[in-house]
Amino acid sequence: MSARGLVSAPARVKRGEVFEVKTLVAHPMETGFRPGFDGRLIPRDIVTRMAVSLDGAELFAMEMSPAIAANPYVAFPMTLEKGGVLTVEWRGDNGFVAEARIAIAVA
Amino acid sequence: MRLPLVLLLVAWAAAAAAQDARRSGYADMGPALRAMQDDDAANPASLWVLEGSALWGARDGAAQRACADCHGAPETLQGVAGRYPAFDAKRASAVDLAGRIEECRTERQQAPPFGRETRPLLALEALVVRQSRGVPLAADPALAAVASVGETLWRQRIGQLDLSCAQCHDDRAGLRLGGTPIPQAHATAYPVYRLEWQGLGSLQRRLRNCMTGVRAAPYAYGSQEYLALEVYLARRSAGMPHEGPGVRP
Repeated sequence: MSARGLVSAPARVKRGEVFEVKTLVAHPMETGFRPGFDGRLIPRDIVTRMAVSLDGAELFAMEMSPAIAANPYVAFPMTLEKGGVLTVEWRGDNGFVAEARIAIAVA
Repeated sequence: MRLPLVLLLVAWAAAAAAQDARRSGYADMGPALRAMQDDDAANPASLWVLEGSALWGARDGAAQRACADCHGAPETLQGVAGRYPAFDAKRASAVDLAGRIEECRTERQQAPPFGRETRPLLALEALVVRQSRGVPLAADPALAAVASVGETLWRQRIGQLDLSCAQCHDDRAGLRLGGTPIPQAHATAYPVYRLEWQGLGSLQRRLRNCMTGVRAAPYAYGSQEYLALEVYLARRSAGMPHEGPGVRP
């Protein structure tokens, strides 16, 4: 359960500098529209929400849809005024929860 | 002093590459896919490497031993993946990396095998392969006989379409099949994250894919035929740098 999400960012950034954060999460993203070998629909199993927070305060969250491929990759730019721990949390169908964190220092 | 040496090495590598007509599938991919493979933060195979790192330290089996208890850090296996498939003296036969990991699991950990193409086995394979990035592939000279069996299979016409591997990947490499470029089929990046699979898969899965493509009955995973083909392909790609775990369309 723990080894499912990955978040990458520079360990040190300059104050106010724009840098990119890249995230990956291991998930099949089963759409709910595909028939299985028995001809019946495979039930939907997707990540529904990805939330990014800095030191516990939520920065933004995005809703995810069945049209997103397996093992979703999301990258976003951001700036920091002071260092902190960036936490990314994914929640999805069937109680799916994954979390990854990274500490970023501001020089 | 050091910089000219590096430049000399780069020039030499470039000259060697210019003489080598072999092209990794990487060279035929678009810039977006190449960037995806090159950036560990974007390469989805990193998710398997991450899972492999967790398994590496987990004690399992009757022996209650973890990979780390014998091998130490995964980095100690630097370059190892480039030497597989290798000759296994104990069994007097060829063994590929997945087979070697399974052997470790059943004999050293005394745990039930994961089974070919299962997620934990691919995860450990991805972790080991990641330690060999850039290392040139080496063919085990003890496997010359197996390699010639593999070459026979490579040239054998199979399936309802009556095609051999060589007809596409030797004779028609660089041309197109239904709009898709035909690669030279160098086994430099396995296990690969294939976008079509939306997951990580081994060379044997890729071979199975081609076999069903020509409407042939695929061999069983782990069979001697697949192993022989893997040995032949390793020989064919010898000297090319390992890129694994890679990304392929």
